[in-house]
Amino acid sequence: MQSIKNHLSLVLALLSILFSMQVFIIAERSIEAYKENLANNYSVVVVSKKTLSKEDIAKINPLIAESFELSPDHVIKRLDSGIDAKNTELLKVTLPRFYKLSLKHYPSPSEIQKLTKELRNHAAIKKVEDFSHSHDTTYKLLLLFKGMVTVFSVCIFVVTTLLVFKELRIWQFKHSERMSIMGLFGAPMWLRSAVLFRLAIMDAIIASALSYVIFKGIESNEWIISQFQSIGIEIVIFDSIGDFFKLASVAIVLSIVLASLIVVWHKEEV
Amino acid sequence: MDKVIVAKNLSLSYSGHETIINQASFDITSGSFVFITGASGSGKSTLLKSLYGALKPQQGSLIVGGVELNGVTRSKLNFLRRHLGIVFQDYKLVKEWTIEKNIMLPLIINGYEKSVTQNQVDSLLKHVRLKHQAGKFPLELSGGEQQRVAMARALSHNPILILADEPTGNLDDYSSGLIWNLLEGANTQLKTTVIVVTHHIPESLNVDYKHFHIEYGSIYAVN
Ligand SMILES: Nc1ncnc2c1ncn2[C@@H]1O[C@H](COP(=O)(O)OP(=O)(O)O)[C@@H](O)[C@H]1O
Ligand SMILES: [Mg+2]
Repeated sequence: MQSIKNHLSLVLALLSILFSMQVFIIAERSIEAYKENLANNYSVVVVSKKTLSKEDIAKINPLIAESFELSPDHVIKRLDSGIDAKNTELLKVTLPRFYKLSLKHYPSPSEIQKLTKELRNHAAIKKVEDFSHSHDTTYKLLLLFKGMVTVFSVCIFVVTTLLVFKELRIWQFKHSERMSIMGLFGAPMWLRSAVLFRLAIMDAIIASALSYVIFKGIESNEWIISQFQSIGIEIVIFDSIGDFFKLASVAIVLSIVLASLIVVWHKEEV
Repeated sequence: MDKVIVAKNLSLSYSGHETIINQASFDITSGSFVFITGASGSGKSTLLKSLYGALKPQQGSLIVGGVELNGVTRSKLNFLRRHLGIVFQDYKLVKEWTIEKNIMLPLIINGYEKSVTQNQVDSLLKHVRLKHQAGKFPLELSGGEQQRVAMARALSHNPILILADEPTGNLDDYSSGLIWNLLEGANTQLKTTVIVVTHHIPESLNVDYKHFHIEYGSIYAVN
């Protein structure tokens, strides 16, 4: 019982730090995935006097990923059908060309402005529709969400760090007695600190293992999966190698730093 | 004869407080059995503290086991302490360790092999009649039992010098007898120098001993 209590408080503090870290990573990933989603659905339409090749269009701005010509057929169909086939062909040639451009990533408002300006400056292009109004709203929403997640994570981080420091003082008190006694029997510094480091590293390993179990659970939770599906994004919630490695390293480095602080702060009773 | 302790004009005080030991000179021959007496608050514990380097001499020279403690380095002090067996007045047992592990502490610090350590601890536990308590923690023992653990710990690594601060202070006659037997045994069989602070010098002791008395900051040889 005593040994569990010894571990519990630091493990919990470390666990909440790891948890907020992974939540932040997941939020970042969701935002990126959502941006990509938006980029796939977002496009700019340009009207050109003459035919432009895909290469011509791509040269205008590096943000352009792909371009598709919109078929003029439906425009012609809407005109009176009394035109004969020969004239239809003629009309097709003289009608302006419509191109739909897809972008490499979801643009910021300034990127859109620059793109629109460069498209307009092109000799052949007569008109550009960038749907910038609805784009702006979505973009601002995304920024707001990102800001909120950041503030949330920073808050958790600050609170848990304070918690860890409080824990640290208790630790320091608890361990300094044993360290002093060992010192009175001539134990060198490394031996006096060994127990502390072993405990700290063990707590880090326990916290990492718990976070692994928790995020594996979250990852396979039906409700959470359906939430992500409902907004149409697909992300890796917990990468059991990459993410786990990240979390475990943070936990171990953090606990070693904490243990070192205790050792450094330890007052020698001679 | 070798001197295990040589003090010359030794003065001791806690920083910012009045002098407790004033200009004392004495020496202790290796292998002797020494009692230190004195009224409560006369400075007996303070003198012992200086002997294991927990209180730096305010003045004078103090050589213990060939190490000058006035201005000693930490690593030299650690080296000296690994060869001392100290029984503290307040025991100083590690609360989160079992009795067995507490007794092992000096052996672990001195890097003894596990098998040697275990044998030594078993035999000491038998001597202080605590074999059945080996797995308990210090706070689960009575004061007298804790004091016996502290004694066993001080003897575990066959130190060259034992410093015991009122080691029978909390014990009944039976337990006190055990302690005196252990100290006597270490002194006669292993030629360990023993320095004991006490209020009562036992009459049943079978060794020649020296007796110092502390009064008004001075240390007198009584016999
Ligand atoms: N850490 C300390 N700081 C200041 N004064 C102390 C300290 N420890 C003991 N003293 C004082 O030193 C004097 C001698 O104490 P001590 O050596 O413990 O006496 P005793 O002979 O009973 O063992 C006492 O007056 C005590 O109040
Ligand atoms: Mg005392």
